[in-house]
Amino acid sequence: MSGTTMRGWLLDPAPHSRRQARFGRWYRAWLSFQSNSLAMAGLLIVASLVLIAIAAPLLADPNAATLQNLAQRLQPSSAAHWFGTDELGRDVFARVVFGSRITLTIVALVSAIVVPVGLGIGLPAGYFGGSIDAVLMRLTDIFLAFPRLVLALAFAAALGPGIENAVIAIALTAWPPYARLARAETLTRRNAEFVQAAVLQGASHASILARQIVPLCLSSVLIRLTLDMAGIIITAAGLGFLGLGAQPPAPEWGAMVASGRQVLLTQWWVATIPGIAIFITSVGFNLLGDGLRDVSDSRSA
Amino acid sequence: MIRLEQVSVRYGQGRHSMTAASGISFSVPPGEAFGLVGESGSGKSTVLRAIAGLIPHAEGQVVLAGQPMPKQRNRAQRRLVQMVFQDPYGSLHPNQTVDQTLASPLRIQGLGDGEQRIATALREVGLGPEHRFRFPHQLSGGQRQRVAIARALIVAPQILLLDEPTSALDVSVQAEILNLLVRLRRERGLTMLMVSHDLAVIAHLCDRVGVMQQGALVELTSSDALATGAVQHRHTQDLLRSSAGYDIRA
Repeated sequence: MSGTTMRGWLLDPAPHSRRQARFGRWYRAWLSFQSNSLAMAGLLIVASLVLIAIAAPLLADPNAATLQNLAQRLQPSSAAHWFGTDELGRDVFARVVFGSRITLTIVALVSAIVVPVGLGIGLPAGYFGGSIDAVLMRLTDIFLAFPRLVLALAFAAALGPGIENAVIAIALTAWPPYARLARAETLTRRNAEFVQAAVLQGASHASILARQIVPLCLSSVLIRLTLDMAGIIITAAGLGFLGLGAQPPAPEWGAMVASGRQVLLTQWWVATIPGIAIFITSVGFNLLGDGLRDVSDSRSA
Repeated sequence: MIRLEQVSVRYGQGRHSMTAASGISFSVPPGEAFGLVGESGSGKSTVLRAIAGLIPHAEGQVVLAGQPMPKQRNRAQRRLVQMVFQDPYGSLHPNQTVDQTLASPLRIQGLGDGEQRIATALREVGLGPEHRFRFPHQLSGGQRQRVAIARALIVAPQILLLDEPTSALDVSVQAEILNLLVRLRRERGLTMLMVSHDLAVIAHLCDRVGVMQQGALVELTSSDALATGAVQHRHTQDLLRSSAGYDIRA
């Protein structure tokens, strides 16, 4: 199929199959996303981060990330060490590249916990209302009342340092806004006429939630999640900085910044390079989230 | 087919409760089209929703096809009654194609032969196969209302409830939808109950008419009587006058 007929098939105003209708919808969303250059920059950054994480062993020597060489410590940038070496003589480039894996793992695990928990609390609260709503939302309020990083610190300290515990600590503090968002989205839809039509057809509550309401909540929840990614990455880096995240010698960006702070003025690259990595990744996710929000706004308008 | 015995509907509980309709009794024989008219807030939509089972009635009995309806209806009882809503923009799920909208009642009711049923349902409401995989935002208001009618009829209900089905549409489209409803009623022998504030719309479709005021049914009359002005109750006469629109005192 040539490019133009493919495009025609996707943009056909009268699709001939479920598949064509679905692909056409995605393609239109993609076209609108594509026209936003900042969003595309965000997508590019996030996509390269994923590619770097996947291709890490090809980009850098896997041993170099943790191999100590005290004779080579705190070397500036050179052909052998592109970003120089840290206080234990490890290659900063290799550590930044392999650190992307840790960051993405944390981001993926936090998302995998936060979205189901947020929907699980917010959907029934908004849909059933009454005492269910009151109980679930007061629970959410309790979690919202604590400053996020402080609560994450407390959890991480209580659970013990480590990536898994950092993920749990971040997820425990990140879900309340999702529950609120899901509840608000559900509230605006639970009395919609298409929901009443489903009731008349004899649909169960579970089926109405899953088939009618979740698809409408999901887009705003995912956009919120993308926008939150920057915060999650920074919280993870903050926990790493304080020694409550990934443990040495794992090349976690936050821990790398922490290890470089004693030599910040003389050997600036040790702390600055992972700091730049955190910064670019956060900006990338933010731009991507903004772009996704614009696409979904233009579709609902 | 539809029988209401002293039905009352209340919103809220205890001190804050509000009676939206009280002591409503009427019956509609199979195949008849019955209209409920009244001003907004007169309780006509409330009565319709109580018959549909969307809101529970506080007192009295709703009897459909000879069965008194319980508070929680089962799947077979749900299938008896379907409804077409007022707003064709709000009554279709924005993320679902026409095909998905029509397939889900079949899935819920466990009816097989979906492919055939969907194609037939679309043809019956005057939509072609080219509309089947469109999303609601790719359809006009009249087309959306046709999809809503197809969705109601695809489970082959005996009773069709219509909540101002044409009030959100252009005048030319209103006539098309009304004619479609007249034809479907004739072909399928449907019992219809329509709520409207538009007497002309009611007169076009319905044989008998109930007039509601402040939650009570004040007069049962025929659409012929509405046409000739041979109505008894003061409120019905007021409605007729205001719909004619030439009375300066009104």
